[in-house]
Amino acid sequence: MSSVISRTGEAVEADSGPAQHPGPARRSLPASAAPVAASADAPATVPMAAPAAVPATAPKAAPTAVPVRLRGAVASLGGRPVLRGIDLTVRPGEVVALLGANGSGKSTTVKTVIGSVPLEHGALELFGMPYAKFRSWHRIGYVPQRTTAASGVPATVREVVSTGRLPQHRLLPFRRKDRAAVDRALDAVGMLDRAEDGVAALSGGQHQRVLIARALVGTPDLLIMDEPMAGVDAASQQVLADTLRREVERGAAVLLVLHELGPLEPLIDRAVVLRDGCVAHDGPPPPNTGQHALPGHDHVHPHTDDHLTTPGLLA
Amino acid sequence: MTEMFSLAFMQRALIAAALIGITAPAVGIYLVQRRQALMGDGIGHVALTGVGLGFIFQTSPVWMAVLVCILAAIVMELVRARGNNRGDIALAMLFYGGMACGRMLISKSPAASGASGSLDSYLWGSILAVDTADLVTIAALGAIVVAVTLGLRRQLFAVCQDEEFARVTGIPVRLLNLLLAVMAAVTVTVAMRVVGLLLVSAMMVVPVAAAQLLTRSFVATQALSIGLGVAVSLGGVAGSYQFDVPPGSAIVLLAIAVFAVFSAIAAPLAGLRHRSAAGAGGTAGPGVCDVVLPDQDGSRAGDPLGSPGLAQ
Repeated sequence: MSSVISRTGEAVEADSGPAQHPGPARRSLPASAAPVAASADAPATVPMAAPAAVPATAPKAAPTAVPVRLRGAVASLGGRPVLRGIDLTVRPGEVVALLGANGSGKSTTVKTVIGSVPLEHGALELFGMPYAKFRSWHRIGYVPQRTTAASGVPATVREVVSTGRLPQHRLLPFRRKDRAAVDRALDAVGMLDRAEDGVAALSGGQHQRVLIARALVGTPDLLIMDEPMAGVDAASQQVLADTLRREVERGAAVLLVLHELGPLEPLIDRAVVLRDGCVAHDGPPPPNTGQHALPGHDHVHPHTDDHLTTPGLLA
Repeated sequence: MTEMFSLAFMQRALIAAALIGITAPAVGIYLVQRRQALMGDGIGHVALTGVGLGFIFQTSPVWMAVLVCILAAIVMELVRARGNNRGDIALAMLFYGGMACGRMLISKSPAASGASGSLDSYLWGSILAVDTADLVTIAALGAIVVAVTLGLRRQLFAVCQDEEFARVTGIPVRLLNLLLAVMAAVTVTVAMRVVGLLLVSAMMVVPVAAAQLLTRSFVATQALSIGLGVAVSLGGVAGSYQFDVPPGSAIVLLAIAVFAVFSAIAAPLAGLRHRSAAGAGGTAGPGVCDVVLPDQDGSRAGDPLGSPGLAQ
């Protein structure tokens, strides 16, 4: 498996960085903790756990470098200050949820972490490397917030997911092991049978699963997901939660932007709540976070129907 | 019909047309994918300034246009990358300024009297006047464009599909964007001699737009659009010889006719494909609803929220 070799190579590189905190003891996650309690009405056609999706790389060498360390992040969009000094750390193997109301700076924080929004002040380290020197992008899997699927030209599910493999094959031709990795990632999200379908024909939940497969295809050490549950039907939420649990068990760290904890709650180690571009809470996930606490919040459970919106979108 | 193949100028015209038919859609597909279908048009306008400079300095208008177009394409890419809200206004200034500037330069050129006639040949193409040296230039530039756009297909696809994600994969997004802009500029100047500056964008966009009506994957779209590009280019040149019409217009109108035909057959064809897939794999559901709804009175008992689906 090439991923093992490359990861080992990276681990060596990461070790040369500054010494970091060791990660917290991994919380054991019972596989029986069904994230969506009311999953009984999920259609049986959705494959749940796909064993082939978990590479048999067994015990992974514990990475010592801290995946994300953001210090005093200040950023603005179009002249309007959005982040006013955010501190955010994601330790190895940790699942961190970024919570907060709309406009509190959750997505901007994620975009500064991936370098889409430049930092005006503050410092960003990824896997122990300053952002400017960071090159190991293959260790990061990014799932953007997205509601629409297609671009101007048709593309199949496989073609979109294959772009996640670019850090591995680079300028070399796409080989059999790359194709196998794409198959595994598609299988993990239950979309292998739709591999040759056009992305324009997918529902919102299926599209989200494709974007997650695209992030998983390089077996990343850090998954960054921006509102993965937005506009996702219950069946896809279940698949997503299962996939995420397998990634966490594999040892990946996860940074999630969420509107509310919802079905992912049992997976989350720590919650960082933002308010007006500042960190308002950093610690164990608070009960009833997000919009639940606000008056007038209409709590409607997501349903199996693809066309219905989730509470995150309604709020 | 066959005597045109024995005429040297027609042979050169057909070869040039085929080269454009390959090159223009190969680049154009990425512009269409990024919803920048009119970028080629904008570059075409700016190219006129390059042609004007060529007249003024008595150098090759084509190479001047290549230089000016590459500069303009880089400026356009930088404006786009900044995500500026006023970006479209800035581009409009560039387009109209390029057009007006080109006309003015040509009027002031030493050979102003004869130049207006040759200006027409750049605006509308003059494929029948392509000489061997032109053909070598077109072939060389076309080969570079095809090598880049097909060789870096996966990288360019990723950048145009989702630029933010592509950046996180660590590929050099800015470099690829600039490369694509330069390739578009080169293609415009190469196609200038064949269909003319005013119709250059059509060859980059229309074959792609027609192909994607029938395809589901990017690879198939690219292959089919290049095939269509070659077919309509050759057909347009042959038709212009046969019916004594301008080749540039003939090529573009033929491409639009193909688009219209494909639009008409796209829906029935998709239905046919769906039915045959359903017959082979049995993946599709039944043709009509055969779900028996449960009794309305009893089914709600276990549902605490009543009917959440309807409530929304």
